[in-house]
This record gives sequence, C-alpha cells and structure tokens, in this order.
Amino acid sequence: MTEETPAISTGIGADPSGLKGVVTDWSHDRQAFQVPWGKAMMWIFLLSDTFIFSCFLLSYMNVRMTTTVAWPNPSEVFALSFGGQPIPLILIAIMTFVLITSSGTMALAVNYGYRKDKKKTVLLMLATAALGATFVGMQAFEWTKLIVDEGVRPWGNPMGAAQFGSSFFMITGFHGLHVTAGVIYLIVTATRVGTGYYDRHRGGNYEMVEITGLYWHFVDLVWVFIFAFFYLW
Amino acid sequence: MAQAEVTHQEGHQQHPLGIYLGVWILLFVLSSFSYAVDYFQLQGLLRWSLIILFMLLKAGLIIGIFMHMAWERLALISAILLPPLCLLVFIGLMATEADYTFLARLVAFGPAAEITAPHH
Repeated sequence: MTEETPAISTGIGADPSGLKGVVTDWSHDRQAFQVPWGKAMMWIFLLSDTFIFSCFLLSYMNVRMTTTVAWPNPSEVFALSFGGQPIPLILIAIMTFVLITSSGTMALAVNYGYRKDKKKTVLLMLATAALGATFVGMQAFEWTKLIVDEGVRPWGNPMGAAQFGSSFFMITGFHGLHVTAGVIYLIVTATRVGTGYYDRHRGGNYEMVEITGLYWHFVDLVWVFIFAFFYLW
Repeated sequence: MAQAEVTHQEGHQQHPLGIYLGVWILLFVLSSFSYAVDYFQLQGLLRWSLIILFMLLKAGLIIGIFMHMAWERLALISAILLPPLCLLVFIGLMATEADYTFLARLVAFGPAAEITAPHH
C-alpha cells in the first residue's frame, strides 16, 4: 500500500491559505483535511480525549469549590525530604522535567523519521519510552507514599477535604494509564521502524512515527494542565 | 520559520532541528518558572495569573511546534482547536453552580446553621 497524500486538485496554482483555504478545503468535493487519514483520526481521538480529561478537571474544580473543609496543601502533601528539610513539590517537578524531556526526544524522533534515519528514530523513540516508563515508576512511588504513609484514600484523608483523594487518584490514575499505553505504543512503533515493517508495507513511509508522536505530546500536554490545576493551585 | 515553510510539502512535517531544541529549552524554563511560583509561595492574583500564563505558553508551544499545528491548514486547526472552547461555557456553568452549592452548605452545615436552625 503506497500511502500518498492526495494531490490537491483545485485547478490552477496552489490552494489558498487562511479562511479562504478553509472554504476551499470543505467545499471542493474532496478530502477535507489535507493530511494522511491516520493523522486526522489521531487528532480527532485526541480531541475526544481532551473532553474526557476536561470533565475530570472540571469535576475536580467543582468539588474543590464546593467543599467547606480546607483542601490539603499540595505543596506540603507532595513534599519530599532528602535527609534534610522537605523540598515542596520536588517529586512532581522532577516528573514534569522527565515528561518534557521525553517530549523533546519524541520531537527529534519524528524529525529523524522524516529524514529516513532509521537508527536514530528507533533509538530516540526507545529513549522516549524509557523516560515514559520512568515517569510511571515515579508515579507508582508517589501513590505508594500517599496511600501507605499519608493514609490518603478515595473517600478521605487525614489532611482535609475528603474529595482530595478521589480527585487525585482519578486524574493522575487516568493520566498514568495514558502514559503506560503510550510506552507500549512507542515500543510497538519503534519495533516496526527497526524491523523494516514500514519499508515493506508502507513504501518506506514513516508517518506512523509522527502519529505516535502526536499521542505522546498530548500526554505531556495533559500533564501541563494537571500540574497547573492540581499541584500548583 | 520561512525556511521551515519551504520544506513543508505534501503533508510532510520536516523542520530544522533548531526549532525543536529551542522549544525544548523554553519548556524547561517555563516549567522551572511555574515550579518557582510554588517554591517561593507567591499568593493571590499574582500566583494564579503566573500559573495560567506559564501553562498556556507551554500548551501553545507543545501544540504549535511539537504537534506541528502551526504548519497545518486552517481547516484542521479550526476543527481541532475550536470545539474545546465550549469548555469555557462548561467551566462557567460549573463555577456558578459550585458557588451556590458552597453557600448552601455554609447555610445548612456551617456555623451559621447552629444559630439559625432550631435545636433538635
């Protein structure tokens, strides 16, 4: 199967850009989105996922605004001490940097994918997967600390509003699940690039790398919002 | 940027590495800034406005550059980025409702309830 982006056939010259381009793309009785279908579908999936995470964050906003009990201070709850004085939110900061680093390696992997540099693409994707796995590991550590040491449960905790636990486990749990799925997705795509699957079946088209990248960057994007609204708020 | 636009053809997203490295560093810096907001315990309006500002800048960089949205056609951009705007209405609705619930809880269960409600 040779996957080629359909040639633009609107007559003379290149397609107009901007608003005129929107009208052209939608009204010329052709494929509306001038990107490979897999990419368009990934974007639409990510849009639906945006609404799911938004509903979680909104319900968190709602319970936090309605509770008459004080909300546990995330800065203290997520503090860690390395022998000395506890550093506020340090684990979350490290997790944030790990995820951003993985986003960077992913962006480079996509770039090398388009350059057909197979080795660098595979290595960078595997590095991304490793960083993702590190993130999940740190999250497991964070959950364990909260459940075992601090006694946080979905129905209550000793530090304040009972809704803290349910919001925390729901939001970070669903995000962690996304990261885990992303790690598997990355390993599968990297393996396929490495074993030449796309050379044999897709005519050497590595656009799957970019589609995998879209998903991975989205996971990082969601974390940006969780970091701001749950941990910093 | 103009250079990047030239290399972008047939749906391929190939840009110079420098853009990615620059954005990567910017994301690090912005994350450090948001962490610093918490570390130095800034409070009040300054805290919220800085957190939101850094959050939106990071989101914009990730979507625009890392996810290549800045180079896509407007048809795709508007199909993906406009629908989430309805969430603003949702946020408004839920915030109003939350205020009401909070006040109702204060009246029914708060210290004021002790004074106004007849004793059982």
